[in-house]
Amino acid sequence: MDITLLAVDWALVLEKFIFIAFIITVSLVVALYMTFGERKVAAWIQDRLGPNRAGPFGILQPLADGVKMFFKEEIIPTSSNKILFILGPSLAMITAMLTSAVIPWGDKAELFGRTISLQIADVNIGILYVFGILSLGVYGIMIGAWASNNKFSLMGGLRAASQIISYELAMGISLIALIMITGTLSLGEMVHQQKEGWWNFFVQPLGFFIFLICAFAECNRTPFDLAEAENELIGGYHSEYSSLKLGFYLFAEYINMFISSAVMATLYFGGYDIIPFYDESVWGLSANIMALLGAAALFFKILVFIFIFMWVRWTVPRFRYDQLMNLGWKGLIPLALFNMLVTAAVILFLKK
Amino acid sequence: MSITEILFWFLTAMAVGGALMMVTSKNPVYSVLWLIVVFFAISGHYILLNAQFLAVVNIIVYAGAIMVLFLFVIMLMNMNADNEPQKNIWLKIAGMIAGGCLLLVFIAAIRQTEALQIQKVNTGGQTGLIHLLGKTLFTDYVLPFEISSVLFLSAMVGAVVLGRKGD
Repeated sequence: MDITLLAVDWALVLEKFIFIAFIITVSLVVALYMTFGERKVAAWIQDRLGPNRAGPFGILQPLADGVKMFFKEEIIPTSSNKILFILGPSLAMITAMLTSAVIPWGDKAELFGRTISLQIADVNIGILYVFGILSLGVYGIMIGAWASNNKFSLMGGLRAASQIISYELAMGISLIALIMITGTLSLGEMVHQQKEGWWNFFVQPLGFFIFLICAFAECNRTPFDLAEAENELIGGYHSEYSSLKLGFYLFAEYINMFISSAVMATLYFGGYDIIPFYDESVWGLSANIMALLGAAALFFKILVFIFIFMWVRWTVPRFRYDQLMNLGWKGLIPLALFNMLVTAAVILFLKK
Repeated sequence: MSITEILFWFLTAMAVGGALMMVTSKNPVYSVLWLIVVFFAISGHYILLNAQFLAVVNIIVYAGAIMVLFLFVIMLMNMNADNEPQKNIWLKIAGMIAGGCLLLVFIAAIRQTEALQIQKVNTGGQTGLIHLLGKTLFTDYVLPFEISSVLFLSAMVGAVVLGRKGD
Protein backbone atom coordinates (compact mmCIF):
# COMPACT_ATOMS: atom_id res chain seq x y z
CA MET A 1 0.00 0.00 0.00
CA ASP A 2 2.85 2.33 0.79
CA ILE A 3 4.17 2.05 -2.73
CA THR A 4 1.29 4.10 -4.13
CA LEU A 5 2.21 6.90 -1.75
CA LEU A 6 5.67 7.02 -3.27
CA ALA A 7 4.22 7.27 -6.75
CA VAL A 8 4.06 11.04 -6.33
CA ASP A 9 6.19 12.95 -8.82
CA TRP A 10 8.53 14.36 -6.18
CA ALA A 11 10.36 16.49 -8.73
CA LEU A 12 7.07 18.20 -9.58
CA VAL A 13 6.30 18.74 -5.90
CA LEU A 14 9.74 20.26 -5.37
CA GLU A 15 9.43 22.41 -8.47
CA LYS A 16 6.03 23.74 -7.41
CA PHE A 17 7.24 24.27 -3.85
CA ILE A 18 10.21 26.36 -5.01
CA PHE A 19 8.00 28.28 -7.40
CA ILE A 20 5.39 29.01 -4.73
CA ALA A 21 8.11 30.19 -2.33
CA PHE A 22 9.50 32.40 -5.07
CA ILE A 23 6.12 33.95 -5.95
CA ILE A 24 5.30 34.61 -2.29
CA THR A 25 8.69 36.22 -1.72
CA VAL A 26 8.26 38.39 -4.80
CA SER A 27 4.76 39.48 -3.75
CA LEU A 28 5.98 40.33 -0.27
CA VAL A 29 8.98 42.29 -1.50
CA VAL A 30 6.89 44.11 -4.09
CA ALA A 31 4.29 44.95 -1.45
CA LEU A 32 7.06 46.17 0.84
CA TYR A 33 8.45 48.47 -1.82
CA MET A 34 4.95 49.57 -2.83
CA THR A 35 4.69 51.34 0.53
CA PHE A 36 7.88 53.18 -0.39
CA GLY A 37 6.69 53.76 -3.94
CA GLU A 38 3.43 55.16 -2.68
CA ARG A 39 5.17 57.73 -0.52
CA LYS A 40 7.50 58.70 -3.34
CA VAL A 41 4.61 59.02 -5.83
CA ALA A 42 2.63 61.05 -3.30
CA ALA A 43 5.63 63.30 -2.78
CA TRP A 44 6.12 63.68 -6.53
CA ILE A 45 2.46 64.57 -7.10
CA GLN A 46 2.45 67.03 -4.21
CA ASP A 47 5.80 68.53 -5.23
CA ARG A 48 7.71 67.27 -2.20
CA LEU A 49 10.80 65.10 -1.83
CA GLY A 50 9.33 62.18 0.08
CA PRO A 51 11.32 59.79 2.27
CA ASN A 52 15.03 60.26 1.52
CA ARG A 53 16.88 59.70 4.81
CA ALA A 54 17.24 55.92 5.18
CA GLY A 55 19.84 54.79 2.70
CA PRO A 56 20.44 56.25 -0.77
CA PHE A 57 17.19 57.86 -2.07
CA GLY A 58 15.49 56.54 1.05
CA ILE A 59 15.61 53.01 -0.37
CA LEU A 60 15.78 51.44 3.10
CA GLN A 61 12.68 53.26 4.31
CA PRO A 62 10.35 50.20 4.08
CA LEU A 63 12.80 48.20 6.22
CA ALA A 64 12.83 50.98 8.80
CA ASP A 65 9.02 51.00 8.77
CA GLY A 66 9.00 47.24 9.18
CA VAL A 67 11.38 47.37 12.14
CA LYS A 68 9.23 50.09 13.68
CA MET A 69 6.14 47.91 13.30
CA PHE A 70 7.94 44.97 14.92
CA PHE A 71 9.09 46.89 17.95
CA LYS A 72 5.82 48.63 18.73
CA GLU A 73 3.94 47.34 21.72
CA GLU A 74 1.53 44.59 20.83
CA ILE A 75 -1.80 45.32 22.47
CA ILE A 76 -4.64 42.82 22.58
CA PRO A 77 -7.66 44.48 24.23
CA THR A 78 -8.65 42.58 27.39
CA SER A 79 -12.32 42.30 26.45
CA SER A 80 -11.57 41.12 22.93
CA ASN A 81 -11.95 37.62 21.60
CA LYS A 82 -8.28 36.58 21.56
CA ILE A 83 -8.36 33.75 19.01
CA LEU A 84 -10.45 35.63 16.50
CA PHE A 85 -8.48 38.82 17.14
CA ILE A 86 -5.38 37.03 15.87
CA LEU A 87 -7.28 35.10 13.20
CA GLY A 88 -8.56 38.31 11.56
CA PRO A 89 -5.29 39.76 10.26
CA SER A 90 -3.97 36.26 9.49
CA LEU A 91 -6.98 35.58 7.27
CA ALA A 92 -6.58 38.94 5.56
CA MET A 93 -2.97 38.06 4.75
CA ILE A 94 -3.72 34.49 3.63
CA THR A 95 -6.56 35.44 1.32
CA ALA A 96 -4.40 38.19 -0.16
CA MET A 97 -1.66 35.67 -1.00
CA LEU A 98 -3.87 32.81 -2.27
CA THR A 99 -4.90 34.39 -5.54
CA SER A 100 -1.36 34.31 -6.91
CA ALA A 101 -1.75 30.55 -7.40
CA VAL A 102 -3.70 30.74 -10.66
CA ILE A 103 -2.01 33.71 -12.32
CA PRO A 104 0.17 32.69 -15.27
CA TRP A 105 3.40 34.57 -14.55
CA GLY A 106 5.07 33.55 -17.79
CA ASP A 107 5.21 31.08 -20.65
CA LYS A 108 6.71 27.63 -20.26
CA ALA A 109 10.41 27.51 -19.46
CA GLU A 110 12.85 24.61 -19.70
CA LEU A 111 15.25 23.87 -16.89
CA PHE A 112 17.27 20.70 -16.20
CA GLY A 113 15.43 18.96 -19.04
CA ARG A 114 12.01 19.64 -17.52
CA THR A 115 9.30 21.82 -18.96
CA ILE A 116 8.31 24.17 -16.18
CA SER A 117 5.04 26.02 -16.35
CA LEU A 118 5.37 29.46 -14.76
CA GLN A 119 1.95 29.11 -13.16
CA ILE A 120 1.38 27.43 -9.84
CA ALA A 121 -1.87 25.74 -10.86
CA ASP A 122 -3.58 25.98 -14.25
CA VAL A 123 -7.02 25.04 -12.97
CA ASN A 124 -9.77 25.15 -15.56
CA ILE A 125 -11.89 27.44 -13.38
CA GLY A 126 -9.08 29.92 -12.67
CA ILE A 127 -11.13 33.07 -12.86
CA LEU A 128 -13.82 31.67 -10.56
CA TYR A 129 -11.09 30.74 -8.10
CA VAL A 130 -9.91 34.35 -8.09
CA PHE A 131 -13.47 35.41 -7.48
CA GLY A 132 -13.97 32.87 -4.71
CA ILE A 133 -10.86 34.00 -2.85
CA LEU A 134 -11.93 37.60 -3.30
CA SER A 135 -15.26 36.87 -1.65
CA LEU A 136 -13.42 35.29 1.28
CA GLY A 137 -11.38 38.45 1.82
CA VAL A 138 -14.35 39.89 3.69
CA TYR A 139 -13.84 37.46 6.58
CA GLY A 140 -10.49 38.83 7.63
CA ILE A 141 -12.06 42.26 7.98
CA MET A 142 -15.30 41.17 9.64
CA ILE A 143 -13.71 38.74 12.10
CA GLY A 144 -11.07 41.28 13.11
CA ALA A 145 -13.69 44.00 13.50
CA TRP A 146 -15.99 41.87 15.62
CA ALA A 147 -13.24 40.35 17.74
CA SER A 148 -12.05 43.84 18.75
CA ASN A 149 -15.22 44.14 20.86
CA ASN A 150 -15.50 47.80 19.95
CA LYS A 151 -18.68 49.24 18.44
CA PHE A 152 -16.76 51.59 16.17
CA SER A 153 -14.55 48.80 14.90
CA LEU A 154 -17.64 46.72 14.20
CA MET A 155 -19.30 49.56 12.31
CA GLY A 156 -16.10 50.08 10.35
CA GLY A 157 -15.95 46.38 9.54
CA LEU A 158 -19.55 46.31 8.37
CA ARG A 159 -18.90 49.40 6.26
CA ALA A 160 -15.90 47.75 4.61
CA ALA A 161 -17.66 44.42 4.18
CA SER A 162 -20.78 45.89 2.59
CA GLN A 163 -18.60 47.92 0.26
CA ILE A 164 -16.70 44.80 -0.85
CA ILE A 165 -19.89 42.76 -1.30
CA SER A 166 -21.56 45.52 -3.31
CA TYR A 167 -18.70 45.97 -5.73
CA GLU A 168 -18.15 42.24 -6.13
CA LEU A 169 -21.45 42.06 -8.01
CA ALA A 170 -20.54 44.57 -10.70
CA MET A 171 -17.11 42.97 -10.95
CA GLY A 172 -18.65 39.53 -11.49
CA ILE A 173 -21.03 40.79 -14.15
CA SER A 174 -18.24 42.58 -16.03
CA LEU A 175 -16.29 39.31 -15.93
CA ILE A 176 -19.22 37.37 -17.42
CA ALA A 177 -18.94 39.46 -20.60
CA LEU A 178 -15.25 38.60 -20.75
CA ILE A 179 -15.93 34.89 -20.23
CA MET A 180 -18.52 34.95 -23.02
CA ILE A 181 -15.91 36.31 -25.42
CA THR A 182 -13.06 34.00 -24.46
CA GLY A 183 -15.24 30.95 -23.90
CA THR A 184 -12.97 29.71 -21.13
CA LEU A 185 -12.51 30.14 -17.39
CA SER A 186 -8.82 29.23 -17.37
CA LEU A 187 -6.49 32.21 -17.02
CA GLY A 188 -3.71 30.38 -18.87
CA GLU A 189 -6.00 29.77 -21.82
CA MET A 190 -7.16 33.40 -21.77
CA VAL A 191 -3.59 34.68 -22.00
CA HIS A 192 -2.91 32.21 -24.78
CA GLN A 193 -5.87 33.54 -26.77
CA GLN A 194 -4.69 37.12 -26.26
CA LYS A 195 -1.21 36.18 -27.44
CA GLU A 196 -2.68 34.86 -30.68
CA GLY A 197 -5.24 37.60 -31.22
CA TRP A 198 -6.32 40.86 -29.67
CA TRP A 199 -5.84 41.90 -26.10
CA ASN A 200 -9.16 41.71 -24.32
CA PHE A 201 -8.99 45.41 -23.52
CA PHE A 202 -9.69 46.24 -27.17
CA VAL A 203 -12.84 44.11 -27.24
CA GLN A 204 -14.04 44.87 -23.71
CA PRO A 205 -13.05 48.48 -22.89
CA LEU A 206 -16.21 49.19 -20.88
CA GLY A 207 -15.87 45.89 -19.05
CA PHE A 208 -12.29 46.76 -18.20
CA PHE A 209 -13.18 50.14 -16.74
CA ILE A 210 -15.95 48.61 -14.63
CA PHE A 211 -13.47 45.98 -13.46
CA LEU A 212 -10.88 48.64 -12.68
CA ILE A 213 -13.29 50.69 -10.58
CA CYS A 214 -14.43 47.58 -8.74
CA ALA A 215 -10.81 46.58 -8.13
CA PHE A 216 -10.23 49.98 -6.52
CA ALA A 217 -13.22 49.39 -4.27
CA GLU A 218 -12.21 45.82 -3.45
CA CYS A 219 -8.74 46.93 -2.39
CA ASN A 220 -10.24 49.70 -0.22
CA ARG A 221 -8.27 52.29 -2.15
CA THR A 222 -9.16 55.93 -2.62
CA PRO A 223 -11.73 57.08 -3.71
CA PHE A 224 -13.33 54.10 -1.97
CA ASP A 225 -11.22 54.01 1.21
CA LEU A 226 -14.12 54.59 3.58
CA ALA A 227 -13.04 51.48 5.44
CA GLU A 228 -10.34 53.59 7.04
CA ALA A 229 -11.57 57.15 6.70
CA GLU A 230 -10.14 58.30 9.99
CA ASN A 231 -10.70 62.00 9.27
CA GLU A 232 -14.47 62.08 9.07
CA LEU A 233 -15.45 58.62 10.31
CA ILE A 234 -13.33 56.54 12.65
CA GLY A 235 -10.29 54.39 11.90
CA GLY A 236 -12.39 51.48 10.76
CA TYR A 237 -12.11 47.75 11.35
CA HIS A 238 -8.51 48.01 12.55
CA SER A 239 -9.04 50.72 15.19
CA GLU A 240 -8.02 48.36 18.00
CA TYR A 241 -5.06 46.87 16.21
CA SER A 242 -1.48 47.81 16.83
CA SER A 243 2.02 46.71 15.94
CA LEU A 244 2.46 43.86 13.50
CA LYS A 245 -1.22 42.91 13.37
CA LEU A 246 -2.07 46.35 12.06
CA GLY A 247 0.90 45.92 9.75
CA PHE A 248 -0.64 42.70 8.44
CA TYR A 249 -3.89 44.48 7.58
CA LEU A 250 -2.10 47.32 5.83
CA PHE A 251 0.29 44.93 4.13
CA ALA A 252 -2.57 42.72 2.93
CA GLU A 253 -4.00 45.80 1.23
CA TYR A 254 -0.77 46.31 -0.71
CA ILE A 255 -0.57 42.63 -1.66
CA ASN A 256 -4.19 42.85 -2.82
CA MET A 257 -3.23 45.79 -4.99
CA PHE A 258 -0.33 43.85 -6.47
CA ILE A 259 -2.45 40.77 -7.14
CA SER A 260 -5.39 42.69 -8.59
CA SER A 261 -2.97 44.54 -10.87
CA ALA A 262 -1.68 41.14 -11.98
CA VAL A 263 -5.25 39.90 -12.55
CA MET A 264 -6.13 42.98 -14.59
CA ALA A 265 -2.97 42.67 -16.68
CA THR A 266 -3.73 38.99 -17.23
CA LEU A 267 -7.39 39.38 -18.08
CA TYR A 268 -7.38 42.52 -20.18
CA PHE A 269 -3.80 43.31 -21.21
CA GLY A 270 -2.48 40.03 -22.52
CA GLY A 271 -0.66 38.79 -19.41
CA TYR A 272 2.86 37.86 -20.42
CA ASP A 273 2.30 38.84 -24.07
CA ILE A 274 5.01 41.39 -24.85
CA ILE A 275 3.67 43.46 -27.75
CA PRO A 276 0.03 43.44 -28.92
CA PHE A 277 -0.81 42.45 -32.52
CA TYR A 278 2.71 41.13 -33.00
CA ASP A 279 4.07 37.62 -33.14
CA GLU A 280 7.16 37.63 -30.91
CA SER A 281 8.28 34.19 -32.13
CA VAL A 282 9.85 35.83 -35.22
CA TRP A 283 12.65 37.04 -32.94
CA GLY A 284 13.80 33.43 -32.84
CA LEU A 285 14.83 33.51 -29.18
CA SER A 286 14.95 30.39 -27.06
CA ALA A 287 11.95 29.41 -24.95
CA ASN A 288 13.68 30.31 -21.70
CA ILE A 289 14.54 33.85 -22.77
CA MET A 290 11.05 34.35 -24.15
CA ALA A 291 9.57 33.16 -20.84
CA LEU A 292 11.79 35.59 -18.94
CA LEU A 293 10.91 38.46 -21.29
CA GLY A 294 7.22 37.58 -20.96
CA ALA A 295 7.44 37.57 -17.18
CA ALA A 296 9.22 40.93 -17.33
CA ALA A 297 6.46 42.29 -19.61
CA LEU A 298 3.81 41.13 -17.16
CA PHE A 299 5.75 42.71 -14.33
CA PHE A 300 5.97 45.99 -16.22
CA LYS A 301 2.19 45.98 -16.78
CA ILE A 302 1.65 45.26 -13.09
CA LEU A 303 3.87 48.21 -12.15
CA VAL A 304 1.90 50.49 -14.48
CA PHE A 305 -1.35 49.43 -12.81
CA ILE A 306 0.16 49.96 -9.37
CA PHE A 307 1.17 53.45 -10.45
CA ILE A 308 -2.42 54.11 -11.60
CA PHE A 309 -3.65 52.96 -8.18
CA MET A 310 -1.33 55.47 -6.50
CA TRP A 311 -1.97 58.24 -8.99
CA VAL A 312 -5.72 58.01 -8.37
CA ARG A 313 -5.20 57.90 -4.61
CA TRP A 314 -3.38 61.22 -4.60
CA THR A 315 -5.65 62.90 -7.14
CA VAL A 316 -9.26 62.00 -6.37
CA PRO A 317 -11.04 62.88 -3.11
CA ARG A 318 -12.94 60.31 -1.12
CA PHE A 319 -16.61 59.45 -1.76
CA ARG A 320 -19.29 59.89 0.83
CA TYR A 321 -20.84 56.60 1.90
CA ASP A 322 -24.19 57.09 0.13
CA GLN A 323 -22.37 58.19 -3.02
CA LEU A 324 -20.31 55.01 -2.83
CA MET A 325 -23.40 52.82 -2.57
CA ASN A 326 -25.25 54.74 -5.29
CA LEU A 327 -22.31 54.40 -7.65
CA GLY A 328 -22.04 50.67 -7.00
CA TRP A 329 -25.69 49.68 -7.14
CA LYS A 330 -27.24 52.29 -9.43
CA GLY A 331 -24.25 53.09 -11.63
CA LEU A 332 -21.91 50.18 -12.09
CA ILE A 333 -24.30 47.22 -11.90
CA PRO A 334 -26.70 48.53 -14.61
CA LEU A 335 -23.69 49.52 -16.72
CA ALA A 336 -22.15 46.06 -16.30
CA LEU A 337 -25.48 44.42 -17.18
CA PHE A 338 -25.73 46.62 -20.28
CA ASN A 339 -22.18 45.66 -21.24
CA MET A 340 -23.01 42.00 -20.76
CA LEU A 341 -26.17 42.17 -22.89
CA VAL A 342 -24.46 44.10 -25.70
CA THR A 343 -21.57 41.62 -25.67
CA ALA A 344 -23.97 38.69 -25.83
CA ALA A 345 -25.93 40.29 -28.68
CA VAL A 346 -22.77 41.00 -30.67
CA ILE A 347 -21.50 37.45 -30.17
CA LEU A 348 -24.84 36.06 -31.36
CA PHE A 349 -24.90 38.44 -34.33
CA LEU A 350 -21.36 37.52 -35.42
CA LYS A 351 -22.04 33.80 -35.15
CA LYS A 352 -24.99 33.96 -37.60
CA MET B 1 -3.58 4.34 1.58
CA SER B 2 -3.32 6.40 -1.55
CA ILE B 3 -3.21 10.17 -1.38
CA THR B 4 -6.82 10.40 -2.54
CA GLU B 5 -7.91 8.21 0.35
CA ILE B 6 -5.89 10.21 2.86
CA LEU B 7 -7.45 13.41 1.53
CA PHE B 8 -10.90 11.85 1.61
CA TRP B 9 -10.63 10.83 5.26
CA PHE B 10 -9.06 14.14 6.22
CA LEU B 11 -11.85 16.10 4.55
CA THR B 12 -14.48 13.81 6.02
CA ALA B 13 -13.11 14.29 9.53
CA MET B 14 -12.98 18.03 8.89
CA ALA B 15 -16.58 18.14 7.67
CA VAL B 16 -18.03 16.02 10.48
CA GLY B 17 -15.90 17.66 13.15
CA GLY B 18 -16.75 21.12 11.87
CA ALA B 19 -20.45 20.29 11.79
CA LEU B 20 -20.33 18.99 15.37
CA MET B 21 -18.47 22.09 16.54
CA MET B 22 -20.96 24.27 14.71
CA VAL B 23 -23.89 22.71 16.54
CA THR B 24 -22.24 22.61 19.96
CA SER B 25 -20.60 26.06 19.96
CA LYS B 26 -22.08 28.39 22.56
CA ASN B 27 -21.16 31.49 20.59
CA PRO B 28 -23.16 31.96 17.35
CA VAL B 29 -20.22 33.67 15.65
CA TYR B 30 -18.14 30.55 16.23
CA SER B 31 -20.99 28.49 14.81
CA VAL B 32 -20.91 30.49 11.59
CA LEU B 33 -17.13 30.13 11.33
CA TRP B 34 -17.32 26.36 11.87
CA LEU B 35 -20.01 26.16 9.22
CA ILE B 36 -17.60 27.85 6.82
CA VAL B 37 -15.04 25.16 7.67
CA VAL B 38 -17.67 22.56 6.76
CA PHE B 39 -18.29 24.27 3.43
CA PHE B 40 -14.58 24.18 2.69
CA ALA B 41 -14.43 20.46 3.49
CA ILE B 42 -17.38 19.81 1.18
CA SER B 43 -15.70 21.84 -1.56
CA GLY B 44 -12.63 19.67 -1.06
CA HIS B 45 -14.82 16.60 -1.61
CA TYR B 46 -16.14 18.16 -4.82
CA ILE B 47 -12.58 18.65 -6.03
CA LEU B 48 -11.79 15.01 -5.24
CA LEU B 49 -14.80 14.12 -7.43
CA ASN B 50 -13.32 16.30 -10.21
CA ALA B 51 -16.18 18.78 -9.88
CA GLN B 52 -14.09 21.93 -9.64
CA PHE B 53 -16.87 24.19 -10.82
CA LEU B 54 -19.21 23.02 -8.08
CA ALA B 55 -16.41 23.35 -5.54
CA VAL B 56 -15.71 26.97 -6.41
CA VAL B 57 -19.36 27.94 -6.74
CA ASN B 58 -19.97 26.37 -3.34
CA ILE B 59 -17.26 28.62 -1.90
CA ILE B 60 -18.42 31.76 -3.71
CA VAL B 61 -22.12 31.37 -2.96
CA TYR B 62 -22.18 29.76 0.47
CA ALA B 63 -18.92 30.72 2.16
CA GLY B 64 -18.48 34.01 0.33
CA ALA B 65 -22.00 35.43 0.21
CA ILE B 66 -24.56 33.69 2.40
CA MET B 67 -22.32 33.19 5.41
CA VAL B 68 -21.18 36.82 5.24
CA LEU B 69 -24.79 37.89 5.55
CA PHE B 70 -25.25 35.45 8.45
CA LEU B 71 -22.24 37.01 10.14
CA PHE B 72 -23.67 40.49 9.53
CA VAL B 73 -26.93 39.61 11.23
CA ILE B 74 -25.35 37.73 14.14
CA MET B 75 -22.75 40.39 14.81
CA LEU B 76 -25.33 43.16 14.77
CA MET B 77 -27.75 41.29 17.01
CA ASN B 78 -24.93 40.80 19.52
CA MET B 79 -26.24 37.48 20.78
CA ASN B 80 -24.68 35.78 23.75
CA ALA B 81 -25.59 33.32 26.46
CA ASP B 82 -26.80 36.02 28.89
CA ASN B 83 -29.61 37.46 26.84
CA GLU B 84 -30.69 34.29 25.11
CA PRO B 85 -34.37 33.68 25.89
CA GLN B 86 -35.03 30.41 27.71
CA LYS B 87 -37.29 28.27 25.58
CA ASN B 88 -40.31 26.38 26.86
CA ILE B 89 -39.61 22.70 27.64
CA TRP B 90 -42.50 21.64 25.38
CA LEU B 91 -40.99 23.62 22.54
CA LYS B 92 -37.73 21.76 23.03
CA ILE B 93 -39.49 18.38 22.94
CA ALA B 94 -41.42 19.39 19.81
CA GLY B 95 -38.18 20.46 18.18
CA MET B 96 -36.60 17.14 19.05
CA ILE B 97 -39.49 15.19 17.52
CA ALA B 98 -39.41 17.31 14.37
CA GLY B 99 -35.65 16.83 14.06
CA GLY B 100 -36.03 13.09 14.60
CA CYS B 101 -38.63 12.93 11.83
CA LEU B 102 -36.25 14.72 9.47
CA LEU B 103 -33.51 12.25 10.37
CA LEU B 104 -35.90 9.37 9.64
CA VAL B 105 -36.69 10.82 6.20
CA PHE B 106 -32.98 11.23 5.49
CA ILE B 107 -32.18 7.66 6.47
CA ALA B 108 -35.07 6.34 4.38
CA ALA B 109 -33.92 8.40 1.40
CA ILE B 110 -30.34 7.17 1.72
CA ARG B 111 -31.55 3.56 1.92
CA GLN B 112 -33.50 4.14 -1.28
CA THR B 113 -30.39 5.23 -3.14
CA GLU B 114 -28.66 1.87 -2.64
CA ALA B 115 -30.57 0.46 -5.60
CA LEU B 116 -29.67 3.46 -7.73
CA GLN B 117 -25.98 3.37 -6.90
CA ILE B 118 -25.50 0.16 -8.88
CA GLN B 119 -26.51 1.72 -12.18
CA LYS B 120 -24.41 4.86 -11.96
CA VAL B 121 -23.75 6.70 -15.18
CA ASN B 122 -20.17 6.81 -16.28
CA THR B 123 -19.19 10.03 -17.98
CA GLY B 124 -15.48 9.56 -17.53
CA GLY B 125 -15.29 11.77 -14.46
CA GLN B 126 -16.33 14.82 -16.46
CA THR B 127 -19.74 15.34 -14.86
CA GLY B 128 -18.74 18.21 -12.63
CA LEU B 129 -16.77 20.14 -15.22
CA ILE B 130 -18.35 23.29 -16.44
CA HIS B 131 -18.91 22.34 -20.10
CA LEU B 132 -20.90 19.22 -19.33
CA LEU B 133 -22.70 20.84 -16.43
CA GLY B 134 -23.75 23.81 -18.55
CA LYS B 135 -24.95 21.58 -21.36
CA THR B 136 -27.03 19.46 -19.00
CA LEU B 137 -28.50 22.48 -17.24
CA PHE B 138 -29.50 24.21 -20.45
CA THR B 139 -30.86 21.15 -22.29
CA ASP B 140 -32.24 18.43 -20.01
CA TYR B 141 -33.03 20.61 -17.02
CA VAL B 142 -33.77 23.93 -18.66
CA LEU B 143 -37.28 24.25 -17.19
CA PRO B 144 -36.35 23.66 -13.52
CA PHE B 145 -33.33 25.89 -14.06
CA GLU B 146 -35.44 28.78 -15.37
CA ILE B 147 -38.11 28.27 -12.71
CA SER B 148 -35.47 28.47 -9.98
CA SER B 149 -34.24 31.73 -11.50
CA VAL B 150 -37.79 33.08 -11.26
CA LEU B 151 -37.77 31.99 -7.62
CA PHE B 152 -34.59 34.00 -7.04
CA LEU B 153 -36.12 37.00 -8.79
CA SER B 154 -39.20 36.85 -6.59
CA ALA B 155 -37.00 36.59 -3.49
CA MET B 156 -35.11 39.66 -4.67
CA VAL B 157 -38.32 41.61 -5.29
CA GLY B 158 -39.52 40.53 -1.85
CA ALA B 159 -36.34 41.82 -0.24
CA VAL B 160 -36.73 45.17 -2.00
CA VAL B 161 -40.37 45.43 -0.92
CA LEU B 162 -39.46 44.67 2.70
CA GLY B 163 -36.58 47.12 2.57
CA ARG B 164 -38.77 49.95 1.26
CA LYS B 165 -41.29 49.65 4.09
CA GLY B 166 -39.70 52.52 5.98
CA ASP B 167 -40.38 55.38 3.55
